Amino acid sequence: MKQRELPIALALVALVVLVSVIQPRFLSESSIQSVLLWIPLIAVCAMGQMQVILTRGIDVSVGSTLALAGMLTAMLLRDHPTLNVFLAAGIGTGIGAVLGAVNGGLIAYARVPAIVATLATLGIYRGLTFTLSGGRQVNDYEIPKELANWTNTGLFNNRLPWVVLVAVVVALATHQFLTRTRVGRNLFAIGGNPDAAALRGVPVRPVTFLAYVLCGAGAGLAGVLYASRFGNVNPASIGVGFELLVIAAAVIGGTSIFGGVGSATGAFLGCVLLGVINVALAVLQIADTWQTAVYGLVILAAVLLDDTTARRLRLAATGEE
Amino acid sequence: MKRLRPFIPELVAVGLLVLAFVISAVREPKFLDIAYLFDRSTLYTETALLAIALTLVIVAGHIDLSCTSILALVGAVVITLHHKGLPFGLCAALAPVLGGLLGAFNGYLIGKRKLPSLVVTLATMALFRGGAQILLGDHGEKVPESFQHFEKLTVIPKTYFQAPLALTLVFAVAAGLLLHKTVFGRQVYAVGTNAEAARYSGVPVPSVLMRLFMLSGVVAGIASLTLLSRLGVARFDHARGQELDAITAVVLGGTSIFGGRGTVIGSLAALLLIGVVQTGMGVAGIKVESQVTVIGILLLVAVLLANLTSRRRR
Repeated sequence: MKQRELPIALALVALVVLVSVIQPRFLSESSIQSVLLWIPLIAVCAMGQMQVILTRGIDVSVGSTLALAGMLTAMLLRDHPTLNVFLAAGIGTGIGAVLGAVNGGLIAYARVPAIVATLATLGIYRGLTFTLSGGRQVNDYEIPKELANWTNTGLFNNRLPWVVLVAVVVALATHQFLTRTRVGRNLFAIGGNPDAAALRGVPVRPVTFLAYVLCGAGAGLAGVLYASRFGNVNPASIGVGFELLVIAAAVIGGTSIFGGVGSATGAFLGCVLLGVINVALAVLQIADTWQTAVYGLVILAAVLLDDTTARRLRLAATGEE
Repeated sequence: MKRLRPFIPELVAVGLLVLAFVISAVREPKFLDIAYLFDRSTLYTETALLAIALTLVIVAGHIDLSCTSILALVGAVVITLHHKGLPFGLCAALAPVLGGLLGAFNGYLIGKRKLPSLVVTLATMALFRGGAQILLGDHGEKVPESFQHFEKLTVIPKTYFQAPLALTLVFAVAAGLLLHKTVFGRQVYAVGTNAEAARYSGVPVPSVLMRLFMLSGVVAGIASLTLLSRLGVARFDHARGQELDAITAVVLGGTSIFGGRGTVIGSLAALLLIGVVQTGMGVAGIKVESQVTVIGILLLVAVLLANLTSRRRR
């Protein structure tokens, strides 16, 4: 673990210890289960978001991408009940990748600023979700049991749901990709200094494009997991405001909004921290109404802490402020 | 033609506005009902006020995602103070001050602590929204009758010229003068073009940013009053998500998201464009939920058109 991830890991441990001391019920099976189920959707999206932020970009359309891919997958499964769910999940992820490719094309090739392009597709994908579904929700009994079982069953007597393993596998794959492949390293190079990267022969446009495709694919997969987790897929509510949670998780996990700095470990820890806070508030019987404010404080704390850490690391490395 | 070239992004917005107006009017003649159009315009009061302030923030190369949360929190505080026994008029007078204080918090972190505005205002967006939720819970609190429905007031008697539109125009003119005719305005452009260079030329960058985010907060405080008056109720989820609408309007109006270029008149044209397109679609029976697709496409078209036509400048 690098120095940047250490503060968040410590914060996570401290939080778990603190909450468990106040309310031992926090370590009960049902609380842990709640945390586990909270993580996958966010984590799968946050991996892609982190890679996009690495390139100095941002994808605010992830909530709408999740919605459109999840809605279409749910409709597909409703209309073709015999369809293999793995194939359907692949299609959902593929739809997400295509939507991400639209973002990537606009940003890498048509030179539209990332926040503007994805702000536009946020609206476009959200509207399409509503139009293509006719405003009608897909009900839980129309979703095949095999898909619901991704959430309801798992290892260790169903204590570790399959969806959590999916998230862990995505995180591990992202970690390997970022640290062990040339393209993964290129993402850091682009974020660190785009001009220098181009001069050193990094194919800036294709690699940037790829980051958005991966982000879209992650959001698409999250859409499938959403259908598995909640059963009811409603075009008006699926994934609304999700982008902020995902960006928050990435930022809390030490991803620098200026690009070039971030890791899969950090982003995953960011998701776990948000999940733990979410469940801790419930266990401590703090009213739901406090949740949003606490999220805000945590993001703020993470940014301030990261700023201090970054300054100290820079001081240690170069001797200048 | 040469003199117009720097304003291509604004001209694109104006062109699209004219096009949208003509298409709407031809397709559905009842679109041209002036009373209806004026009445519809009141719906955009808050988005317009926020977008006008946001234009300055974005020209400086920053962003304020928290403006709608400031709106909600100020509304919540105003109504809570009123319930504690303060006269409503006094509470209302406090609204811009409260908004300014919340904006100053953003301004401190972004200007003095040099933290990125996207992340800071993402955090305060949640924090301020959460504050409103803690104060109000999930239910709405009624606003006194006497304070409701200022949108029904007409500025010039027996015309359709209603108070919200007048207020918006006054704000637009004030913001336009501030941005285009004052030293402060020039400093905003300087910071947005190159903050480092601005600092070396003696622009007090932290204080410019502080004042910009305070301005955004003050305007959000005032917008909170107009929304309270229009809806007659304070709720924690007031204007949630509308920050994206406001940003869309600013960018559609030709302001560069990277800062350094943009005009208030462009944002105003873009607001009108969004209003005309949504009203036109509404009259044609297209559902609100599907309309967002068209606004998204419009944003892309405007940015791509402006990109294509102004490429030669680089």
